Parts: sequence; C-alpha cells; structure tokens
Amino acid sequence: MPRPSILKFLNNKFAAYIITGIFLIISIILGISIGTVSVPVPIILKIIASKVFGIISLTDIEPMYTSIVLNIRLPRVILSGLVGASLAIAGAAFQGLLRNPLADPYTLGVSSGASVGAVITLFFKISIPIIGFFTLPLLSILFSLITIFCVLTFARKIERSMRVETIILTGIIFSSFLGALISLMIALTGDELRQIIGWLLGSVSMRGWDYIKIILPFFIVGSGILLFNAKELNAMSFGEERAHHLGVNVQKRKLIVLTAGSILTGAAVAVSGTIGFVGLVIPHLVRIVWGPDHKHLLPLSIVTGSGFLILADLISRMIISPTELPIGVITALIGAPVFAAILLQRKRMERSG
Amino acid sequence: MLSVQHVSGGYSGEAVVKDVSFEVKKGELFGILGPNGSGKTTLLKMLSGILPIQQGEIYIGGNRLKSYSPKQLAQKVAVLSQHSTGAFSYTVKETVSLGRYAHQKGLFQTWSQADETVVQRVMKQIGVSSFQDKNIQELSGGEKQRVFLAQALAQEPEILLLDEPTNHLDLSYQKELLDLLKQWTTQNGLTVISIFHDLNLAGLYCDRLLLLEKGIIKINHIPNEVLREETIRAVYKTNIQKHPHPKVAAPQMVLLPEMNRTVPSIEINESMLHQSAEFICLKSPIPLRTMSSGVIGAGTGWQHTFVNRHVHKDYDCSNHRSEMAAFLLTNGFEPSETVGMMTAVILEDVVYDLYKADGFSVFAVVTAGVGNAVDASKSELHTLGMVPGTINTWIFVNGELSEEAFIQSIMTATEAKVKAVNELKVIDQVTGTMATGTSTDSILIAATQTGRELDYAGTITPLGKLISKAVYQCTIEAIQKSRKRKSS
Repeated sequence: MPRPSILKFLNNKFAAYIITGIFLIISIILGISIGTVSVPVPIILKIIASKVFGIISLTDIEPMYTSIVLNIRLPRVILSGLVGASLAIAGAAFQGLLRNPLADPYTLGVSSGASVGAVITLFFKISIPIIGFFTLPLLSILFSLITIFCVLTFARKIERSMRVETIILTGIIFSSFLGALISLMIALTGDELRQIIGWLLGSVSMRGWDYIKIILPFFIVGSGILLFNAKELNAMSFGEERAHHLGVNVQKRKLIVLTAGSILTGAAVAVSGTIGFVGLVIPHLVRIVWGPDHKHLLPLSIVTGSGFLILADLISRMIISPTELPIGVITALIGAPVFAAILLQRKRMERSG
Repeated sequence: MLSVQHVSGGYSGEAVVKDVSFEVKKGELFGILGPNGSGKTTLLKMLSGILPIQQGEIYIGGNRLKSYSPKQLAQKVAVLSQHSTGAFSYTVKETVSLGRYAHQKGLFQTWSQADETVVQRVMKQIGVSSFQDKNIQELSGGEKQRVFLAQALAQEPEILLLDEPTNHLDLSYQKELLDLLKQWTTQNGLTVISIFHDLNLAGLYCDRLLLLEKGIIKINHIPNEVLREETIRAVYKTNIQKHPHPKVAAPQMVLLPEMNRTVPSIEINESMLHQSAEFICLKSPIPLRTMSSGVIGAGTGWQHTFVNRHVHKDYDCSNHRSEMAAFLLTNGFEPSETVGMMTAVILEDVVYDLYKADGFSVFAVVTAGVGNAVDASKSELHTLGMVPGTINTWIFVNGELSEEAFIQSIMTATEAKVKAVNELKVIDQVTGTMATGTSTDSILIAATQTGRELDYAGTITPLGKLISKAVYQCTIEAIQKSRKRKSS
C-alpha cells in the first residue's frame, strides 16, 4: 500500500502527463536501441538530434547505426506508437460514448471492414498500378470507410435517434457478417494462408516511412476531433438524455465522435492489422489511475497507448529473436495480466482505504 | 415563463399527449399528476426538447422552444430525471461541473472563475460540497440525486423539470429535496415543473397541479380543487378518501384498502367493561373509531382501550398529560391506542347500560360528580381553577357512523346531559343559578364502524334518540348515586 503522498502525486493531473511522457520516451529509446544489433543510447540521441536540428554531422557515426536507426527502427517505433495511440484514444472515446466498458475500437465493425479490404487484396493478389505496394493499406482504409458509412446509415434506418444500443447491435451485425466473409476467404485460400493470418494477427514490421505517411493524417485529424469533443464525451457518458439536458447537441456530436473514432481505427488496422487489447485496456488503465474525465483521459490514452504498443512490439521481436511473434499476441499476453493486477490492486486499495 | 399551447405528441406517430394547453408562471412549483400511461413523462420530454412536438407550440420566456439551440435551451431549462446513472466513476465535483457546459463559450471552452464560483455555491447550497471529491458511484441514492440536482442547478436555469424526483428516496430525503426546491422557487424565483406519483406530496408542496388522464388535461387548478375525492377516484380508478393535513392547509388523500369485512359484528357491552377502585376500563376486540376530549387520545382516531381513572380531588393538574401516559403504561395500557380520562368520582358509582334499536345499539358509561357545577351561560363569573367534580360520558355505538354523525352525537349527548343536570336541579355555587354541567366534563364517542350505517345523529334521528335516552338516564342515575354517597 503506497503512502498517501505517493497516491496524491499519482492523482495529480500534471504528474500524470510527466509519468506517461517519461514512459513513452523510455519506450521509444528502448524500442530503437534494442534489437539484433544493439545501438547505444547516446548514438541514437545524436542521430535523432542531427536529423531534427541538422547541426551535428553524422560523419563520426557508423553508417550502419544511422541506417538501422533511421530506416528500420525509428519508422517502426513511430508506426507502432501511432497505431497504439490511435487505438487507445478511439477505444477511450467509444467506451465513453457507448457508456460500455466492454466497447473497443473494433465494436463498430470498422476493423472487420478494414480486414476484409486487406484480405481481399491478399486473396485476389490485387495490385493497383501506380500505388502498387500500397494497394493493401489503401483498399483497407477504403473498406473501413465504407463499413462506417454502412453501419451508421443502417443504425439510422432502424431508429432515427440512433441510440447507443442500436449502434452497438448494428456493429455486431456487421462484424459477424464481415468476419464470416474473412473466414470464407481463409477457408478457400491456399498459398496466401500464412500471409493472411499474419496480417490478421497484426504486425508493424517492415513498413517503413511510407506507412507512417498513410496513418499520420488520419491520426492528426481523428484525435484532434476527439480531443475537441472531450467535454461532450463527459456529458454523454452520463447518458444521451442527460447530455441533451446539459446542452449537448447529442445527434451531431455522436456522429462526429463515431466518425473520428472509426477513421482512427480504420487507419490503424490498415497499416498494422487487427491488434487487439490496446484499445480496450489502455483506456481502462488510464481511467482507473487518473479518473474518467475525458479532457485528460484522451491525451493520456494517446501517450500511454503508444508507449505500450512500442514496448509490445519490442518484446514481440525480441522474445524468440530472430523470429517475430505477432504483436497482437504480445499485447494480450502482457496486457491481460497487467490489467488483472491493476484491478486487483485497486480493489485492495478500496477495501483498505 | 412557460406556455404550452395545443400540444400533441408521442412516440412513433401515435399521440400520447393530446391537445394540451397550460401556462406556468415564474417562481411557481407546478405539479403534473396522472396515472401510469397518462402521458406525464411524454409531456415532460416534450418540454425538455427531447421528444419532437407533433402539433402545437411550446413557448419558453416568450420564444418558441424549437428556436433554441441545445446550448441555449440548457441555459434556460434544466432537467432532473428519476435516476441518473453514469457508467464511470466521476467525482462529485466533476459531475456538478458538467452543468456549466452550456455556459462555456469558445472553441476551447475554458473553465472560468465564474464557473468555479457557481459550482462551489451550488454544491454548498445543496449540501454536497463536503463530499465533492468522492466518487459518485460510492454515494447512496439520496446523495446521488442531490449531486444531480446540484448539476442541474449549476446550469443556472430559469425552469427546472423533474421526473418523480422523490422516487427511490427515503422519507427524510423526499422531504429534504422538496423543501429545498420550494425554497429555491420562493427565494430565487426558480420555476419548477415536476411529475409526482405521490398525490400527498404534490398536495403539500405544489402551488398548482395539472391532472392528466389519457393524455388529456382533466383539471389544472390549485391542489385543493384538483385533489377532490370524485376526481381522483375517477382518474385513478381506485378508492380513496380526502382529509385535511393536521398542520398545513393542504389536502391529503388516503387509500381505502379492499379488505374483506368479515369481522364478526361486534357488540360493545358491559362484558368488556372492567372496574376497579383505581380505574374503569373497556377493552374492545377491534379498534374503534373515536372522537373524544380525553386527557390521552383526544381528537379523532382509532382506539382499542378506554380508561376512566380515579384521581384524588387534590390531584396536581400541572403535568397531567405525561403523568397520565405514565400511569397507563404502568398499568399495561398502550397510550397510543388508548383514550384516557380522569375523575375524582368514586368509581363504584359508575352507571352503564346497553340501549338497543333496530340494527344498532348504544352502550353508555357515565361517571358524574357535580361539586363543580357550572352554568355555562354565566361561566365568565368563574375564575379559572380546576376543582374536581366531573361528568365523564362514554358512548359506544355498535354501528357505522359518518363524520357528521360523530359531531351530532356529541351535540345530542351534551343536550341530554344538560337536561339531566337541570332535572336534578344542580346549582352553580358561584352564581346561584341552574348549572348546565361541570367545567371539566369529558366525552367520548366510539363506533365499531360495522353494522348499520348511521349518517346522522341529530336528536330525532334513530341514533340521536337512542343517545339522548342513554345519556339522560345514565347521567341522572349517576348524579343521584354521587349525591347519595355525599349525603351518607
């Protein structure tokens, strides 16, 4: 049982940003430094500093290090960070909006849509000219957008006011249907099986800077919109009627939040596959430690989610190196026990305090 | 403040509320009543802008409801629902602060000093500031309801809408909440419109009531007019009775349960009378409806036990009520179920008799002493001083009496008593004129409320005739006995 002063420090919002910030920086540095070839931390800092500020020359650093850091590890770390951040903030927003602690970014079926896009690309070996290699992520994003559109239109058809229960049910309908399509393609496939399964389990390896360019605009727009709707999310987590009485334009805000969250999810799934657990657990973890206020919950989820996924990626490639494990497996393997431990700890604190 | 004109509306095309019009003035506490399914909640939802209005118009502060944006509306109208739940554990202060949402402007909606002041003030007024850092999910139902009330009031609304605010609250919280609302209407000019299930609470607190029946206004008036027995019986289709609140000028309704009246018809008679030197007592097997002027159990009520206690003529009358209650307790009587009287008369001289008529009967018990006789027409010549010498009259009626019959019984019994006293030429010692009774006479009318219905008890009604006869005969005999004891 920590002493009260520590508890107070933990509860302080300012401290929250410092703690999660440090966690993210350490994750980034570890993520870049550790690998089959270990890169010393000072060299990493030097390389990054020279790239960012352009003052220090790279001539005295071994080109191999520069190449590993800039072309392999840094993009990988940034990509996993962006994916983790997108999933975490989308999860936090969906849980708040749907008032359902079991909601996650995949509840609305967006991820299934993105997966269908990706699996179709792999199954039919589609390669659109000019964009070539990017056919998969782009088709995937396209499919996720189509899915959001369908889910929301369908939910609206059922009930004009689009209650959250209706939205969740619609999401489940679409998820199961699209999931069945994916299973069908897996069942019919031959050689691409490994590729499809590997993609479905999620990975951020060998993506390079181009994938970052794909996800970054979606991330900025999506999380920007969500951050501006933090107050509305607070109100809506008390129920839609309550939010309406407080002066929130519920219909409009709900659509905005759903769309922003879906864009984030779709983009994340398109670049990395369906990585589970981050979007479900990180928001819970942040909420347990620092409270449910979305003004802080959303940014803290971004920082914690990205740090968490960077570490998960690091472990997935280190644990039985040189073979890489699917990152989705690792997130669940680490996430579940950590989450369980936090829940238990919290219950104990409540009882004793 | 609020004007509703020919409004109809409901769910999925079907109008639940039909052509409703009313107005609510500023600072009013306006209650909406009606049985389940009468459209109360639908009406409230339309007032709060959640349900679209199908026909008609609602005006708030002179402007159409539809012309307000959600934020503007939230600055005017706040809502407290039956039970508000949050899925997440916000603190009390965070919850109350959300009430300021509608007042925050700009893209970043910064928290201003004014917002903080309002939130702190409201939390203090509602009495939730002491636990402002607590998690709302750890609070009790009453505390939660107060937190959400504080949230609604933090909106600084002009109109507060409530949907059965006292539901799930225990008695003390119900009173506390409504006292608070009443206070806000009178002190801050807040207009409160609330749905009530409890007619009595509505009658106690509301300035005006609107009674809905099947989506149509049955009546919109002051509580006393709305809470009429016939109206409520017709709308709620149940048996109720109205009676006044004992302390406040507000109508109250009581339910009449449909009990099988298979109680064997009971006759109160001398077999239930027990007599000792210290007291005479009558124990009834069923509670009797009473109206009395005893030391204990005065007024109207339902009582089991009736005690006439002998006290010494030098009895100190200063604290007689609690002394009498203590006496009853030590003798194994429950004061709350007992009518207790006192007399200095020797109890052996009690006179009682059963008088029978067609379908009902009267059992009278009288103790009389006339040492203190007074001529009521000249009573101003008397100085105030309690001197023993009392006529205590008990009348038990084996029949069902109306309220009028109770009061007429008292009149009839009094007239018969006066006549008896006159007949025996009892003289007021101070004035030297004919006395009418004594200064400390007590009376009890107790009815079994089973058997024949007796609506009146004037002197020539069947019941009046029997009571006159009983009181007259018993009183004469009792006074004679008492005189005989004195002279011997």
